[in-house]
Amino acid sequence: MATVSAEVTPEVRTIHRLTAAFIAVAIVALAIANVPALFQAFDRAGINLYPYARPVIRTYYQGLTIHGVMNVLVWTIFFLSGFFSFVTVYALGRPLASMRLGWAAFWIMLAGLVMALIPIFANTATVLYTFYPPLKASPLFYIGLTLIVVGTWLIGWNILQTWRGWRRDNPGERTPLAVFGTLATYALWTIASVGLAIEMLVFLIPWSLGVTETIDPLLSRTLFWFTGHPIVYFWLLPAYVSWYTMVPRLAGGRLFSEPMARIAFLLFVLYSIPVGLHHQFSDPGLGGGIKLVHTFMTFAVFFPSLLTYFNISASIETAARLNGGTGWIRWVRNLPWGNPAFTGQVMGMFLFVPGGIGGLTNASYNVNQAVHNTTWVVGHFHLTVGGAVTLTFMATTYWLIPYLTGRALWGRRLAVAQPIIFFVGMTIWSETMHRLGLEYMPRRTFLSQAPYAQGEWDLERILLLIGGPTMFVAGVLYFVIIIMTLVASRQPARVQVPLPRPGEEGSHERVPKLLDSWRPWLIGSVVLIAIAYLPVFTHLLRNVSSVPGFAGIW
Amino acid sequence: MINRKTLLELGWILPSIAIPVGMLVAVIVSAFGMMIHVPADAGTIQPAAIDSTPPFDQPGELRQVGPNEYEIALVAQIWVFNPREIRVPANSRVTFIATSRDVIHGLHIEGTNVNVMLIPGRITRQTAVFREPGEYRFVCHEYCGSGHHLMFGSVIVEET
Repeated sequence: MATVSAEVTPEVRTIHRLTAAFIAVAIVALAIANVPALFQAFDRAGINLYPYARPVIRTYYQGLTIHGVMNVLVWTIFFLSGFFSFVTVYALGRPLASMRLGWAAFWIMLAGLVMALIPIFANTATVLYTFYPPLKASPLFYIGLTLIVVGTWLIGWNILQTWRGWRRDNPGERTPLAVFGTLATYALWTIASVGLAIEMLVFLIPWSLGVTETIDPLLSRTLFWFTGHPIVYFWLLPAYVSWYTMVPRLAGGRLFSEPMARIAFLLFVLYSIPVGLHHQFSDPGLGGGIKLVHTFMTFAVFFPSLLTYFNISASIETAARLNGGTGWIRWVRNLPWGNPAFTGQVMGMFLFVPGGIGGLTNASYNVNQAVHNTTWVVGHFHLTVGGAVTLTFMATTYWLIPYLTGRALWGRRLAVAQPIIFFVGMTIWSETMHRLGLEYMPRRTFLSQAPYAQGEWDLERILLLIGGPTMFVAGVLYFVIIIMTLVASRQPARVQVPLPRPGEEGSHERVPKLLDSWRPWLIGSVVLIAIAYLPVFTHLLRNVSSVPGFAGIW
Repeated sequence: MINRKTLLELGWILPSIAIPVGMLVAVIVSAFGMMIHVPADAGTIQPAAIDSTPPFDQPGELRQVGPNEYEIALVAQIWVFNPREIRVPANSRVTFIATSRDVIHGLHIEGTNVNVMLIPGRITRQTAVFREPGEYRFVCHEYCGSGHHLMFGSVIVEET
């Protein structure tokens, strides 16, 4: 059985409490987000359950704000903060550069979360997770979300310092792939988050505090999407780190090609930021030519995901053959399907395939007009962040929580069924949402009360009412498994961290120097961002058009 | 030196490049060959000046600008489109010139290329071709407050 790359010293174990704290907040957020999800599924089917949600959730739009913020901002970011810190410490075999800074980041993020939740639940920040001005929320909402971003920077800095210390002590040694992926993620996120930081600090916060009177909605939107697309790679790449380094190990094999994995991570650093305009194809005030440039760039960022698809499939097949698997397809039986940590992640991978292909449709310039702001888009990102990322994170907790707590996973069979139930529900629901989008059903709309929706889309609405609640049940099962593991599990955990030993990745392949260096890739990233965004921001700053804000219209 | 593994990798990588490139070519052909474009920059307008600035001073008035070619101004505000009903002749090209009076709205006319954002302070311009007579519903598809789901209207394409 696997052992971790370095000795697990008491110093290394100091990370346990911090990781557990982050993951606890993430799971609570997911549990809260699951409730409005059920109400939304019924609403899409034409059934208005919101009168029963009072006084906690007053409107569909408030519930949607809770669902979006708690899922894509809190569940993802808190989970990955704990996960990446853990991975760095374990793969390098040394404690975080500063535990104090690690905890400071946690408390800043938690304080930010509480600050943002107060106005959300008070219905003074019902602006959805995209908070497009001139909808004006309580300043607490913007300040709280900004503090969460500040926390991610502190964690990134801490991880960087930890790696630098390791490099000093291990000159000439190659960075383990898990840490390499972690660093790539924080590199792209740190550059990408500058857009959101400017939107918050220069525009939204002063405006919501009354320091400035007006705001330019298009400039703010453009800054938002500068961060808003690459943030999906901030959520996705922790899943990729797990798929590249842990899934091959869980399957009983090793990574097929390590250089190919490193190329994938580096291409994300290179291509994931200059793509934001593919969310703004339908916007006025921006040139058509530059929108096409962002289409090119988005197609480029599809490529590392294709590499990943190949590399992970090959790794899983290799593992199955090492387990005695034979034939063209019969080898799939020789995989550890009884291990929920493995099965859950593979279910996530399956959902990611149509998710990625649909993403290309969205990015295809004029084709986007067939799907923009329809339920197609909602179907798409529930396959990616709601499917691949969420299932991978859930499956990761199936080994990580037993490891951190020393308690064996409760209901192992149920834990194998849980991601499969979720997968089935998501497949039905998401396919239907895609199709309804092509039939012009708008997203983010209180549809059960929309006059134009009466008597429309009836057949598909039944499918939504099957798929949505199925996912809800899978979500509830997940929380039951986690809670029972914490309170009822009596058996000691026999889990080990599924990270490879040094040099084990990709069977001692030689990795070219270019694939263990950062500078050329970071320079390339900045150059591509300049090409894609300098014309946009120059144009916007020459054509500023500011308008007053609107609060409390929800 | 090419071994089996390298061949496998190349066998995947080359189609992985060729397929997206082929799709890009299709997009470029449809954009420049068939002239299917997304909105470009059409200028700015202050929400306070909408009622006194042509063409927004007369929203809903269909103006003929060429044979079978028309323009119409549309103003979105919470939570209604002005106009709510638009009548155009069949086989016409209609350019919608639209803006928002307050927050961000959306405009999606079913079955057409008009699927655009209406941002306060900016003018959106997009052209639709209406061939078949019938009713084409349009809805607001960007969250704009508590009455967002009440915002809709229709284009009625009349037999000529």
